[in-house]
Amino acid sequence: MPRLIGWRVLKMAAMVLAIVVVNFLLIHAAPGDPASAIAGQSGQADAEFMQQLREQFGLDKPLPVQLWIYVQKVLTLDLGVSHRLQRPVLTVIFERLPATLLLTGTAFAIALSSGIALGVRAARKPGGVADTIIMGVSLFFYATPLFLVGIVLVLVFGVWLNWLPTFGMETVDVPLHGLARMADIAHHAILPVVTLAVFYSAVYVRLTRASMVEVSSHPFIKTARAKGATEGRITWVHVLRNALLPVITLAGIQAGHLIGGSVLVETVFAWPGIGSLAFEALLARDYDLLLGIFLCTSVVVLIFNLLTDLLYLAFDPRVQAL
Amino acid sequence: MSESISSRGNNPTTATNTGPSRRALLKAGVAAAATVPFLMRVDEAIAQGIAPKRGGTLTSLLTPEPPVLMVGVNAQAPTLTVVSKIFQPLFTYTPTLDFEPVLAKSWTVSDDKKVYTFRLQENVKFHDGKPMTADDVIFSAMKFWMTLSLRARIVFARIEKAEAPDPHTVVFTLKEPFAPFLYGFGGTGFTIVPKHLYDVADMRNNPNNAKPVGTGPFKLAEWQRGSFIRLRRNDDYWKPNQPYLDEIVYRIVPDSQSRAVALQSGQVQLAGGNDIEPFDLPRFQAQQNLSVTLKGWEYYGPLAWIDINKRVKPLDDARVRRAMSMALDRNFILQKLWFNSGKVATGPLCETTKFYDASVKLPPFDIAAANKLLDEAGHKADGSGVRFTIRHMPLPYGEVWTRLSEYFRASMQKIGINVTMDTTDAGGHTARMAKWDYDTSINYIYQVGDANIGMEQYFTSENIKNVAFNNVGGYNNPRIDEILAKARFEINPTERQKLLSEFQRIAVEDMPYIYLIQMSFPTYYSKKLNNTITTAMGIADDFDDVFLT
Repeated sequence: MPRLIGWRVLKMAAMVLAIVVVNFLLIHAAPGDPASAIAGQSGQADAEFMQQLREQFGLDKPLPVQLWIYVQKVLTLDLGVSHRLQRPVLTVIFERLPATLLLTGTAFAIALSSGIALGVRAARKPGGVADTIIMGVSLFFYATPLFLVGIVLVLVFGVWLNWLPTFGMETVDVPLHGLARMADIAHHAILPVVTLAVFYSAVYVRLTRASMVEVSSHPFIKTARAKGATEGRITWVHVLRNALLPVITLAGIQAGHLIGGSVLVETVFAWPGIGSLAFEALLARDYDLLLGIFLCTSVVVLIFNLLTDLLYLAFDPRVQAL
Repeated sequence: MSESISSRGNNPTTATNTGPSRRALLKAGVAAAATVPFLMRVDEAIAQGIAPKRGGTLTSLLTPEPPVLMVGVNAQAPTLTVVSKIFQPLFTYTPTLDFEPVLAKSWTVSDDKKVYTFRLQENVKFHDGKPMTADDVIFSAMKFWMTLSLRARIVFARIEKAEAPDPHTVVFTLKEPFAPFLYGFGGTGFTIVPKHLYDVADMRNNPNNAKPVGTGPFKLAEWQRGSFIRLRRNDDYWKPNQPYLDEIVYRIVPDSQSRAVALQSGQVQLAGGNDIEPFDLPRFQAQQNLSVTLKGWEYYGPLAWIDINKRVKPLDDARVRRAMSMALDRNFILQKLWFNSGKVATGPLCETTKFYDASVKLPPFDIAAANKLLDEAGHKADGSGVRFTIRHMPLPYGEVWTRLSEYFRASMQKIGINVTMDTTDAGGHTARMAKWDYDTSINYIYQVGDANIGMEQYFTSENIKNVAFNNVGGYNNPRIDEILAKARFEINPTERQKLLSEFQRIAVEDMPYIYLIQMSFPTYYSKKLNNTITTAMGIADDFDDVFLT
């Protein structure tokens, strides 16, 4: 097992390097560079100024040289400096990370727990009233685009009822501290978290239910029942444990996106996380920052892939190939 | 006899029609009693029954988030909106672009128009407690702005010597008279920075950029990236009892509909610039608790136009460009796309820009005449009614600009010009303009009060370079070069008007750009907010007299 993990980590390192190179080339393939983006935003440019900017960012060197410099820097964990913000990329990313983790982590936990619980409930009596309702609602949220859910929630709870704040992470005109601040942030988080959670929750419901129904028909469940196991034990231990594998796969994918955040939800709700940062960086051709965000998110995706595979092992000893 | 422009010498008649503006009241007060210092405006206001109230937090929108909060380092509109509260210029502009004192009490110009003497306010301190003196003004002009701003360089490069006879007097001597000289000193393009913090080799990456130190009514208190910027009142501000607001909080909301919701639900009290999409204007005009004004853009004078690559056939033919201009209904553009926020363009200058000539007119909207003109120019339509095809690069700055490009395409179709859309993002747009890789595009440009500062670079042949925001379309007219070069140095206003009138006539006749509308970004503000827009700088004013009731 440790050898397997070691081998996987080695493969991951190679993968990260490939990602760095591909990302770098992709970004530089787009027309325009930071100098032109800066000139465009400030509405002024002369040849000397543009040249000065390009030298400052090292853009005057040939592309392979720029790539080589970048890869060397990444190997020493130096992700460079954001042109636009004039600050180190790592600092900027770590500044924005807590907001994203709070948003996506909460949404993930809610989606996973509610999805599994409702899926199990629906599978208990397929075709029953509870099943019909749960499946209907989940189909609705599964099919509705994320932005539409967000807009409707904002309209109903933000504008008409005026119960919930529609943007930002906290109240800023009155500085709050301690518990009051936590409550305030939670209040602000309701709409974006719900928007983000409903889609995944619907997916987990459908996966869990289908998987539960399938596993319930297996002979070993009959055996368990024949042994006299209680219905609760059969559902939660025998069926669910075996039914969870596809859910884990999907959860692994979603967890990989935790750091990337959701560009859409963060933008709509003005949530100061990584997603909106990536969006700004793209518009400003902020190469180092964008590459830094890509790198961090891809590393996290790889880590969660590994964790998912390990979880598979724990849940189903028959799975051996890593 | 030397010309003198000061708070007292300023034309008091402008005060009569401006309603409850504090600045107008100031001037009325000054005109009535010439010996009263202009700080009296607070009392004057109270006498008028508008007691300014101290305290309160103003929450405003801001889009997009400024990259740094330092003047000179970044000149984007959102940056200027915030830094104008922290750094101040020598003077600002009234809505008619007359000068209004800020850090300079008064100034005089010698008869030969070569020596400019500024008298500074005497009790001004920077946020770090050090006094602001003539040295700071000279440093700001001769080093800081000369190095960091291309537009300022046009003006300050004319200075032969800068002297400080005493700590509160600055004397600039020019190499030769330069007509728009004073326009280099006002507003956000020339603010005073502290010499003791900025006299370093690399000003652009100065560590002090993270904690801006100015003379303004507000200081930077907190900046949570991606979320908000908090400014707090400067208790040592040089005008006693001002500013009135305790805090200004700028909320950064990237999504335009979320911004509209924030304004509608009262979560913010002020929105301006590009915060709200033009199509939301009618909705907010109808809202009871909000005021909407189009004032406050007189200094910038944003003018939207179609940029034409004049190296591309048949766009090199002035008759073709005139025909294209005649096929566009500017009233439709103004009413249906911009919801009347602005005016139709009449030529290359906005009405508020100095030396604007109202007698210059664009050829009227007339499809038939446009078709006739194209026939005469020898561009016959083929079997499917197409005369020729051009590539159009839309301006990627938001929805209304996309709609404008679509309208352009539809209009050109009516005169047999086929338009293919060549879409790109903001960085790509600038890069391709600089590479001359376009046939037509759209842009809007700021005139900053004077044709020789804001507009020259788009018309003179010496600015045909592979650099964006210059004469990228390759317009080359020796007469225009000659007129603009003369106008720069012509100090007799009558003569200068003659030159700039001729410039406007040729610019309409030749149509190197198709002038569309004089834009004016609406400012939306809560009815509880007073003195919001009182100068030509709009929301980029220092806000030291803004108060909440």
